[in-house]
Amino acid sequence: MRGSLKRVFATAWHTPSGQVGAVTLLLIALVAVTITPFLPDPRIMPDLSGGAAPPSFAHPFGTDAFSRDILSRVVHGARVSLSIAALAVALSISLGAAVGTTAGYFGGWVDAVLMRSVDAAMAIPRLFILLLLVLVWERIPPAALVAVIGATGWFATSRLVRGEVLRLRELDYIRAAKALGAGSPGIIFRHVLPNTLGPLIVAATLGVGEVILLEAGLSFLGLGIAPPTPTWGGMVHDSESLMATAPWTGLFPGAAIVITVLAVNLWGEAMRAAVDPRTA
Amino acid sequence: MSSPSTPLLEVRDLRIGFPNPRGGEVFPVDGVSFRLDRGETLALVGESGCGKSLTSLALLQLLPPPGRVLSGSSIKLEETEILSLRGEALRAIRGRRIAMIFQDPMTSLNPVLTVGSQVVEALTAHRRWSRADAKARTIALFEEVGIPDPAQRFAAYPHHLSGGLRQRIMIAMALAGEPDILIADEPTTALDVTVQAQILELLDRLRAARGMAVLLITHDLGLVAGRADRVAVMYAGQIVEEAGTTDLFERPSHPYTRGLFRSIPRLHESVLRLSPIPGTVPLPSAWPSGCRFHPRCAEVLARCSTEAPLNTELETTGPARRTRCWLASPLPPRA
Repeated sequence: MRGSLKRVFATAWHTPSGQVGAVTLLLIALVAVTITPFLPDPRIMPDLSGGAAPPSFAHPFGTDAFSRDILSRVVHGARVSLSIAALAVALSISLGAAVGTTAGYFGGWVDAVLMRSVDAAMAIPRLFILLLLVLVWERIPPAALVAVIGATGWFATSRLVRGEVLRLRELDYIRAAKALGAGSPGIIFRHVLPNTLGPLIVAATLGVGEVILLEAGLSFLGLGIAPPTPTWGGMVHDSESLMATAPWTGLFPGAAIVITVLAVNLWGEAMRAAVDPRTA
Repeated sequence: MSSPSTPLLEVRDLRIGFPNPRGGEVFPVDGVSFRLDRGETLALVGESGCGKSLTSLALLQLLPPPGRVLSGSSIKLEETEILSLRGEALRAIRGRRIAMIFQDPMTSLNPVLTVGSQVVEALTAHRRWSRADAKARTIALFEEVGIPDPAQRFAAYPHHLSGGLRQRIMIAMALAGEPDILIADEPTTALDVTVQAQILELLDRLRAARGMAVLLITHDLGLVAGRADRVAVMYAGQIVEEAGTTDLFERPSHPYTRGLFRSIPRLHESVLRLSPIPGTVPLPSAWPSGCRFHPRCAEVLARCSTEAPLNTELETTGPARRTRCWLASPLPPRA
């Protein structure tokens, strides 16, 4: 897979959906990094009596209930929301792939133990697990939030990967590789895992949107990133009560979420097609 | 330290069991014995379901689960009992001593890797190679198996190549470990007729050049003529007749073998209708009593349904002949 990872990126880049997705994501990242220093501090509440003001020249996206500049909060929030989403998804996808591959490839009691544990874990609502953590942390540090979201998000992925591996390991070319003396690690890393990339990328792109929204829900429960640090999910949540009187408070962070998730999905779709050389 | 009489590979009383969904166990391979000498081609011939592919998979411990080889079976590679090998020791045999190519070259190559990298993988499974050396060796192997533009093909993906070229790639992969034995499981069944002959010729040329032994698994008795030194005919999990190829073609001794010959179309004889063997191959869960071929046999005797015929040795000037039939005339008792 060494040289071919570069080829996969190149192929994905040369599709319309890949280009739109990648350019959008790069723009979001670029904006988040470059214009941040020129914006007012998103945490400071300049005027407690002012309330939410509609978009104006001074505040292009308007201000929220605490008169904070929404543009500044959306841009700052991009850093927090996107890095949490990216890291948590990377963690949950890796865990899911590792567990699913182990269970599917080795089968037998390994499979039984791992998959019954996953069944048990899936029976507990994710929010309940997260609520338990309020007991541990009053204010959850971002690294712990990433770990918690990642560690509770891989169950479905592991099932998906296991199913795929069960199918793959019976294939002729796996048997052929075994017949010519390939060992288990070689077979797993060269023949099995690359062929699960398609479903994994789909799971990852869906996961990014899910994590952004989950973080919003957690903020509402006081479990997410603590105010006044802005996150997209948190902003959408805060705007709920203002939707009738000040819709711009939810519109802009909501649009940021939609555009980002869409861009991630477009790029993911291009990557999925690119890992399969038959469609490339 | 093998004496000249020690065969390269000796299979003795191989029995393979699968659990029967309706309880108990069935034995699709039930007491198979044969030997394979250095540099020779042995053809294992039989209809679908006779156990020939399972036999070949058992040689490398590649039986699909939940199949198992029963104790009492033995597969010896020179002095080594293959059935007792596990882990690394087994891996050292696979590809290095015994390599295998499969029926369908479309599915036996990984679609997402280049064919070159798959041959490199087969090379590095047994020895360290620098990247440049492995590539050069792969291209040399491509050339040896008759792939045109070998250097260009290195970076090709399987779907870029025709079925015949893919089978040649498979053969190159199998040769990478310099095996002593090449098992070819229906290597031409998925290919066009014109390509079939080319692949079989290639296998024969490689066997001669490298002194490899070839175990050719096929359902097509016609393919065997002129290419195999010896033929073992399988029926219902047993070898029913074993003979030198010339012997077998000149005077087949088992009614099943004769039936197979009658069902092959011939160019030089004006036969209006082929005479197929009546009935179908029995299932392993219902092997007939006595001789397993008796319900379909044209020459059946009364005793055939109750008594299993012995594996009788027949007189010949060529390689040893054996047949499992009550009609076969045994050797005169030794003085």
